[in-house]
Amino acid sequence: MKFDEIQLRLLEEVAELHDVPEGAYNIRSDSQAIGRRSTDHIVITSKKDVSGIDIEIKPGTKNESVHIPVVLTKSGLKEVVYNDFYVGEDADVLIVAGCGIDNCGAGDSQHDGVHRFFLKKGAKVRYVEKHYGSGNGVGKRILNPVTEAYLDEGAEMTMEMVQIKGVDDTERKTIAKLKENAKLVVRERLMTHDNQNAVSAYEVVLDGEGSSADVVSRSVARDDSFQKFDAKIVGNAPCYGHTECDSIIMNNGKILAVPGLQANHVDASLLHEAAIGKIAGEQLVKLMTLGLTEQEAEEQIINGFLR
Amino acid sequence: MLELKNVSFAVPEEKGKDKEIVKDVSLKIEDGKLVVITGPNGGGKSTLAKLIMGIEKPTSGKILFNGEDITDLSVTDRAKKGISFAFQQPVKFKGLKVLDLLRIASGKKLAVGDACKYLSAVGLCARDYIDRELNSSLSGGELKRIEIAQILSRATSLSIFDEPEAGIDLWSFNNLIKVFEGMRRDVQDRSIIIISHQERILNIADEIVVIGGGKVDRKGSKEEILPTLLGSASVLNFCTGTAGEEEV
Repeated sequence: MKFDEIQLRLLEEVAELHDVPEGAYNIRSDSQAIGRRSTDHIVITSKKDVSGIDIEIKPGTKNESVHIPVVLTKSGLKEVVYNDFYVGEDADVLIVAGCGIDNCGAGDSQHDGVHRFFLKKGAKVRYVEKHYGSGNGVGKRILNPVTEAYLDEGAEMTMEMVQIKGVDDTERKTIAKLKENAKLVVRERLMTHDNQNAVSAYEVVLDGEGSSADVVSRSVARDDSFQKFDAKIVGNAPCYGHTECDSIIMNNGKILAVPGLQANHVDASLLHEAAIGKIAGEQLVKLMTLGLTEQEAEEQIINGFLR
Repeated sequence: MLELKNVSFAVPEEKGKDKEIVKDVSLKIEDGKLVVITGPNGGGKSTLAKLIMGIEKPTSGKILFNGEDITDLSVTDRAKKGISFAFQQPVKFKGLKVLDLLRIASGKKLAVGDACKYLSAVGLCARDYIDRELNSSLSGGELKRIEIAQILSRATSLSIFDEPEAGIDLWSFNNLIKVFEGMRRDVQDRSIIIISHQERILNIADEIVVIGGGKVDRKGSKEEILPTLLGSASVLNFCTGTAGEEEV
């Protein structure tokens, strides 16, 4: 398998890949699977009824990874892809997804990925998803990911979702349901610029006793962009839920944070924090006293904030 | 050498009147000298320090640094010319780490080992701090020491410290004083301005400047000035007319 230059650049951005990855992988480019490898413990098969793949991770699989990056390099391409992950008992794996769109043409390019995760008892997953857009065509780069996670007893999932540049329109939806002692950690990093629009909605249902969710979003809205962060946690048992939306607003950016907590059990402990504000003047001045220009100071502050 | 010529600074007040915080201050800070500026709270000391760094711009007067008029230069330009400033209340950052700040301060991609030296110099166990974020998880005293470490890493010809002793009560004063003495050894002709009320810091000064009510009340060598301060009931009580005003 050989990558062309645009594919390689997009793969680097979304999956930090410089070559064919180690372990299991499925690489999709312009609606075609251009490479796939299963391992003894991780089996990837194509879905029969719709576009997409099933990834089966066998019980007890440890220290293995799955890479499933997607790149779109043709203008005007629209696709919906369904990927289902079945993670066996006590498995502990890294899953790297991500989508890069390069659109130099006039037509909108759109990738809607629907990812469903079924974690069996005690399974652990670290899921990394990066979204990136490039190209100077007037056609939009659109990404509407749906992520669903179903965690059995004692399962743990950490999601790192990053969208820093170039995606014109995104509507992401994340749904999770947790059983006893299951744990979900979400770290979202989002930056919008120009006229971009980004909506991120979460609905986390804590059904099991001792389950917990920690959903933290840090975002920056610059230029004329708009962001909406809509985080809802429902506690149906003795559980702990925390959501946090921390945003920097710049230029004519607009940010709407919608906290939502619903406790259906007297021992559900739920907390929401939201803060929106511009970069503090004293932070800029401090870095300027160290010799940075105002613009360099701003970059450092944002880079640190979105790290 | 730093020279302030008839520097004044006023802020608008209600009823259209201006309030003068610094009034016609003229001062010379010679190369290689450690000068402690002291005086009552609200007397204009911190404002004077900010005027030197360029954080505030004087309403009138001139500031010369090594013979060059820097009155209209930005904070960035002054920093590049060799002035550094340790904030009285260190600024916090979400996401930026101690190592990031030390790298920005030193202006180079400082190796972890080198960065650790600066932290050790201010009495912090470097490995425990290098990867910490500069956020509210650090105590006031820790932030203050990290602030001082940044100034050490800058190694500029003029360093200004705004009340460096505040918040570091648990750290022995001897160490802080050693830091200042070390700074003078490391960089030849380096000048240091410290704003302080502390007798032990006043004691290591070459010169002491007493600021009260926005003016230079008196200045001179430590031998000249210190006895007059210690003779009074308190360093803070010698000047009337500004009691109860907030530190500016």
